Amino acid sequence: MAMTRKTRRLILIGTVGAVLASAVGLVLFALSGEITLYKTPTEVVEQSATDGRRLRIGGLVEVGSVVRKDGGQVEFKVTDTANAVTVTYRGLLPDLFQEGQGVVAEGKLDQSGLFQADTVLAKHDERYMPKEVVDALKAQGVWEEGQPGGPIPPKAKN
Amino acid sequence: MIVEFGHFALILALAVAVAQSILPVVGFFRRDPALMAVAPRASMMQLLLVAIAFSALTYAYLVSDFSLLNVVENSHSEKPLIYKFSGVWGNHEGSMLLWALILAVFGAAVAAFGGNLPQTLKANVLAVQGWISTAFLAFILTTSNPFLRLAEPPIEGKDLNPVLQDVGLAIHPPLLYLGYVGFSIAFAFAIAALIEGRIDAAWARWVRPWVLAAWIFLTAGIAMGSYWAYYELGWGGFWFWDPVENASLMPWLVGTALLHSAVVMEKREALKVWTVLLAILAFSLSLLGTFLVRSGVLTSVHAFATDPTRGVFILAILCVFIGGGLGLFAFRAGTLRQGGLFAPVSREGALVLNNVFLTVAAGVVLFGTLVPLIVSAFGGAISVGAPYFNTVFGPLFGATLLVVPFGPLLAWKRGDLLGALERLWAVFAIAALVAIIVAWMSGETHIVAVFGLGVAAWVLVGAFAELWTRARFREAGLSGGFRRLAGLPRSAFGTAFAHAGLGVTLLGVVATSAFQSEAILEMKPGDTATIGAYSVTFDGLRNTSGPNYSEVIASMTVREGGIVRFVVAPSRRFYAVRQMPTTEAGIHTHGLSQFYVTLGSEGRDTGSVVVRMWDKPLVTLIWLGALVMMAGGALSLSDRRLRVGAPKPARRAAPVATAE
Repeated sequence: MAMTRKTRRLILIGTVGAVLASAVGLVLFALSGEITLYKTPTEVVEQSATDGRRLRIGGLVEVGSVVRKDGGQVEFKVTDTANAVTVTYRGLLPDLFQEGQGVVAEGKLDQSGLFQADTVLAKHDERYMPKEVVDALKAQGVWEEGQPGGPIPPKAKN
Repeated sequence: MIVEFGHFALILALAVAVAQSILPVVGFFRRDPALMAVAPRASMMQLLLVAIAFSALTYAYLVSDFSLLNVVENSHSEKPLIYKFSGVWGNHEGSMLLWALILAVFGAAVAAFGGNLPQTLKANVLAVQGWISTAFLAFILTTSNPFLRLAEPPIEGKDLNPVLQDVGLAIHPPLLYLGYVGFSIAFAFAIAALIEGRIDAAWARWVRPWVLAAWIFLTAGIAMGSYWAYYELGWGGFWFWDPVENASLMPWLVGTALLHSAVVMEKREALKVWTVLLAILAFSLSLLGTFLVRSGVLTSVHAFATDPTRGVFILAILCVFIGGGLGLFAFRAGTLRQGGLFAPVSREGALVLNNVFLTVAAGVVLFGTLVPLIVSAFGGAISVGAPYFNTVFGPLFGATLLVVPFGPLLAWKRGDLLGALERLWAVFAIAALVAIIVAWMSGETHIVAVFGLGVAAWVLVGAFAELWTRARFREAGLSGGFRRLAGLPRSAFGTAFAHAGLGVTLLGVVATSAFQSEAILEMKPGDTATIGAYSVTFDGLRNTSGPNYSEVIASMTVREGGIVRFVVAPSRRFYAVRQMPTTEAGIHTHGLSQFYVTLGSEGRDTGSVVVRMWDKPLVTLIWLGALVMMAGGALSLSDRRLRVGAPKPARRAAPVATAE
C-alpha cells in the first residue's frame, strides 16, 4: 500500500495528538483530586469545611503537646502561635522532630477536627525550616529575619 | 599556598574557557584551521587546570584546613577519611566544582578521541563546551567560590551533615553528574550542527556513544540515589517523587528518547530535526536538575532571597542555554534536510511512538514539578506529590512498556505488525500465565499486582523475543541456533538486556508495593511481634560509639517457624558536632527480598522502643533491574566502539524483515 507523505504525516500527528490528549486528560483528572492544598493552622480552624481533601499544614510543634499512645500512635499540636490543630500520626517521627520546632504534616481532617496525618516532615538540618512554616510564622508576625539560616532544599542529596 | 594555587588555576581555567568559546568559532567562519586547532588544546589545558583546582580543594579537606570557609562549614578533624574525601562535593560549592571537573573531562575526551571528526565540527563542538564551561566557572568564582579564606580560622569545623556521611555520597553524585554532564556533549553536537546547518547519519554515529555513556551513568546515578535514600532515610520507600528525584528522572526520560531517535537517524537518516531538539532538551533538563538540587529553585523560592546574586546567575545560565539553544533551533532547524521515509508501522514508527510516550511522560513530570512554583507566583500554596505522579505517570509509562517488545521485531521502513504479533504470542501466553498465577495466589484484591506483574513478565520475556527470532532455533536446531546467536551484533544483546532490565525493575516495584507487610509498634525487651511469616524478638539495646557519633543499637532476632533466621540491628546515632540524630535502618537481605527495620524514638517505658518493620519481597529487583539496563547499555557501547568510523549499509540492520 502506497501511502502519501500527507497520510503518513496525518497518522503521526494523530498518534501524537492522541497521546497528548490522554496525558492532558490524566493531568486534569489528577489536578482535580490529587493535589494537596497548603493551609496554616489558623486557616484550618477558621474554615473547617475542607470536604475531605488532602491538606498540608505547617507550623511549630506546640511545646508540651506531644502525647505518645499505643502502637506507635502519636498526637501533637501544630501551631502558628495564633491557633493550633491537633494532629494524629502512626509511624516513626522524623529524626529532627522536636517540640517548639518547625514541622509540616500531610493528611486529611476528619469529622471531629482531628488531623489524620500520613506524612510528617521536620526540618532537615539545623539550617532548614520548611518554607510553608516560614511563611506561616511570617503571616503571624513572629518570624524574625536572620533566624537560623534560610531554607535549603529538604533533600539536599548531593 | 596549595589552596591559592588551586584558586589561581580555576581563574586561569576560566580564561582558557573564554578563549575556547570564541576562537574556534571565529576560525570556523574565517575558515582558519589554526584558530580551529585552538579548541582541542584549550580543552586539554582546561582539564589540567580544573583538575589542579579540584585537587587543591581535596587537599584542603584531607588536611582539615580550617582557614577555608568551605572546609569549616562542611568538615571536622575527626570525620572519617572517606567522608573528608567525599565531603568535597557534599556541599554546593564543591559539587559545582565537581560538575566543572567532569565537564572538563568530557571536553578533553572529545578532543582526545574525536580524531575522526571533521575539523569544523570538532572545533564548534568544543567551542560550545567552552561556553558551558565559561558559564559554570564564572558562576563558581563569583557566587560559589570554595576557595574563600577566613581571616580568623576556627580551631574546629562544623562537620558534614550526618545524613551525607555515607558511602552513598562518594558514589551517587559523581555518577549522576557524569550522566548530566554527558548530555552536554550531545547538546554541543546539536548546537554545532545548527551552526553549520549540516547534519547527517555520521553525526548520529558520533553522538550516539556519548549519549549512551551518559545514559548508563545517569541510570546508575538514579538507581544509586534511590537505594541510598531507601536505606539511609529510613522511610522504607525507594522513590518519593521529590522535586530532586524528578529532576534526575526528566533528563533520563528525554535521554532515553534521544538514544532511540539517534538510532533512527544513524540507520535511516530520518528524524534529524527531532533528534537535535531532544539533544537540546536532554541537556536543558540536566541543567535544571543540577540547579534544582543545590539551589532550591523549586522547593523553596525563598532561597533566592538568601543569596540573590546566585539565584539571578542561575536564572541567567538557564535562560542563555535553554532559551539560546531552543532559539537557535527555531532559526536554523529549517536548514536541516529531512530524509528517510517510513511507513507508520515500522521500526522507525515504533521508535517514534517510544519517543512520543517518553517525552510526554517527561512533560507531565515537569509540569507536576513546576506547578507549585507557578501557583505560588499567584499567591497560592499547593504541593504536588506521589498521588499526582502515580496517577499521571503510571498509565503513560505503562503504555510505553506495553509497546516495548514490538519495536525490535518490526523491520525498518515497513514493518509487519501481524508477523510481530505472531512472534509475540508465546510471550503473551507467559505474561497471561504470570497474571493468572498472581491473581490465584493473591486473591482478587490485587488488580494492580496482577496487571503490573503481567506487564513486567511481558517486557522481561518479550525483550528476548528478537534474539529468539534471529537465532531461529526451530529451523537451525539447538547448536545451529546458538551459533547464530553468537554471530549477532552485541547491540542486539544490548537492546535485549536494556529492555529486560525495565521488566526486572517493574517486577520489583510491583511486588514490593503490593505484597510487602508492615508493622509499627512499641516493643519492650523480650517482646515478640509477628510480621508476615516471621516473628521478631526485641533482645535489647546497647550503647556504642563511632569516630564522631554515639550510637544506640537495637538487636532483633528474626525467627521463621521457630527457627532463628537472622538478626537485624537498626540503630540511632547522635552526631555531637551538629547536635543531630540520624536513624540507621537494620536491613537483612534474604534471596532477592529484604527485611527492613527502623528504630523510632524511645517508648513510654524505659528500655522500650518504637519500631517500624517491613518485609519487602523482591525489593532488590528494583535496583538489580537498573544494573541489567546498564549492562545492556555497556554491551551496546562495546559494539559501537568496534564500528565507530566504519559506515555500514543500512540493509544489514534489517535481518528481521527477511527472517521468515
